[in-house]
Amino acid sequence: MMQLTTGERQLGAIVLIALAILGIAMAAAGRTDVLGIHGAMVLLYSLALLFLLFSSAFGPEPSPARLTRYYDDPIKVGVGLTLFWAIFGMFIGVWAAAQLAWPILNFDTSWASFGRIRPAHTSGVIFGFGGNALITTSFHVVQRTSRARLADQFSPWFVLFGFNLFCLIAVSGYFLGVTQSKEYAEAEWYADIWLVIVWVTYFVLYVRTLALRKEPHIYVANWYYMAFIIVVAILHIVNNLAVPLSFAHAKSYTIWAGVQDSMVQWWYGHNAVAFFLTAGFLAMLYYYLPKRAERPIFSYRLSILSFWGITFFYMWAGSHHLHYTALPHWVQNLGMTFSVMLLVPSWASAGNALLTLNGAWHKVRDDATLRFIMMAAFFYGLSTFEGSFLAIRPVNSLSHYTDWTVGHVHAGALGWVAMITFGSLYTLVPAIWKRERMYSAALVEVHFWLALVGTLIYVFAMWNSGIIQGLMWRTYSPDNTLVYSFLDTLLAMYPYYIARAFGGLLFLIGAIVAAYNIWMTVRAPSAAQLPLDEDLPASDRPLDGAAPTPAE
Amino acid sequence: MFTHETLVEGSKMWGLFYLVGFSICVLIYTFLPANRERFERAEREIFDKDDGPWT
Ligand code: HEM
Ligand code: HEM
Repeated sequence: MMQLTTGERQLGAIVLIALAILGIAMAAAGRTDVLGIHGAMVLLYSLALLFLLFSSAFGPEPSPARLTRYYDDPIKVGVGLTLFWAIFGMFIGVWAAAQLAWPILNFDTSWASFGRIRPAHTSGVIFGFGGNALITTSFHVVQRTSRARLADQFSPWFVLFGFNLFCLIAVSGYFLGVTQSKEYAEAEWYADIWLVIVWVTYFVLYVRTLALRKEPHIYVANWYYMAFIIVVAILHIVNNLAVPLSFAHAKSYTIWAGVQDSMVQWWYGHNAVAFFLTAGFLAMLYYYLPKRAERPIFSYRLSILSFWGITFFYMWAGSHHLHYTALPHWVQNLGMTFSVMLLVPSWASAGNALLTLNGAWHKVRDDATLRFIMMAAFFYGLSTFEGSFLAIRPVNSLSHYTDWTVGHVHAGALGWVAMITFGSLYTLVPAIWKRERMYSAALVEVHFWLALVGTLIYVFAMWNSGIIQGLMWRTYSPDNTLVYSFLDTLLAMYPYYIARAFGGLLFLIGAIVAAYNIWMTVRAPSAAQLPLDEDLPASDRPLDGAAPTPAE
Repeated sequence: MFTHETLVEGSKMWGLFYLVGFSICVLIYTFLPANRERFERAEREIFDKDDGPWT
């Protein structure tokens, strides 16, 4: 925060004081309701940030030379937050997986029951880990590809800390028993309103930065980030329209009724997959893959075609989550058709990525970071193929309600989302901190294998378990009665649940290794200055006098 | 009146035309010869080594 101007510090202080007052109001109105507890948390959070702000508030005005560099301070903090949430969310995931194998692991408490830690896992990994990774990398990519500094220095911090406040309120709420009962949108109305404010700020910041660009053309990665930002805003607002019991209660009721509610929820849910877990990560792919491989993307035009294909087909696919329900048949057919069509732009993207590597396979062999990115593209191709397949109604009649869905989810989440994120982080961290390379290439290698083996164990366990489960549920005896009771299927799944917990543990250990490696990279003394990749444009170097210092 | 039927008709018929029209626009934009140069430039521009905003 050393680079903040006096005006920006004052603005920060005003916003934080307003937030603290809001926290007090929530605490006073909510009292013993969870809203009251969350009020206290908002208060503490804003006071802590206020303290941070004041501890550097009376420093000198930052030098105007900062404007000749990119604004990377929020990115550095964002990397830390991403890793924190990765470890937290995956730890809860391993715990949830272990609970399914050994149910006593809820210790007979309500806060640690499966129903509460499950959303803590999904929100922790999707929003905490994924969201922070998206915000962080988007700040990096938009500046580099636009040749412009972030439009101001206040809103990046507002977006980053505001978003993490949302995550904190959401996840702590689940442990306390708060939920809207909408998957991936469990957080209650006050957290949702806060997220809208944060998200609009994010959008405005992004557009303003793009408007300042010195490149005439907006690089395709930015299109994906923009789609992610805009669509998530629309989805979030529509799905979360709700009426609270009163302003003093955490509980609210959705305005949608019956089958409309389901449709809105899964229109949201599937596009959350599309625009949270796919579009933004494709943006990472289109920037960090060519950067790391040092080869231009195989076909830029194909990336444009698949962009519009993905954005427009995904919008209509949500109803494949509601096969065999009260939803009109034609709507189910529509979702099914679009899901199958989606395979085309999805494979176009995955193929574009893999073809970019064609001719650079020796780099993939030697560089674990590039291998992360390559594997991510591979798993992206795999999970989209699987998704299009699961969307076909008769297939879905076997897969739905079973672990097959969970296997599909984690082929996407571990193989695609997490791997592309780690590949991007290993590219971004040395660039931002001006290190020649990561602290330890061997640890990146270790992480790669932990992640790959963990993913494979997880996904194969769930495929097996899911298909067995689905088949057992539909096995009839000659006299037309069900052969297996539900309990029989649970027993059949037991070994797979243990395997999944183990695979997840490997993946979690990999994330911890990554955090250690990144920490050591950051701490290492700035390598004997990089000749080319340093921050200052060559002509401005004399400004700083001696050797260029990193912008910290 | 805005009824269920209106929506059904909108999605089933106009939705299709809209999608077809939209795809044509995207194809034109992508393959317009005038755009070739900016796309090729975009492909290469990210490798530029100087790591600072242009002023
Ligand atoms: C350490 C690795 C992980 C483990 C052990 C793990 C474990 C689990 C478990 C046990 C569930 C509940 C499944 C059920 O209800 O039967 C679950 C659900 C889920 N996890 Fe993970 N997870 C991990 C990583 C991740 C990551 C990195 C993401 C996202 C980026 C993710 C996204 C999800 C989602 C979206 C669901 C909900 C699936 C559904 O409703 O079908 N997980 N996970
Ligand atoms: C072409 C692309 C894709 C299609 C057509 C598709 C289709 C599907 C289908 C049919 C289901 C099962 C619905 C059900 O039976 O309830 C599903 C579930 C899911 N998919 Fe995909 N998928 C695609 C790609 C992805 C990717 C890349 C990811 C993630 C990273 C992903 C994440 C999920 C999640 C989280 C669920 C579980 C939703 C829930 O029930 O909680 N999908 N998908």
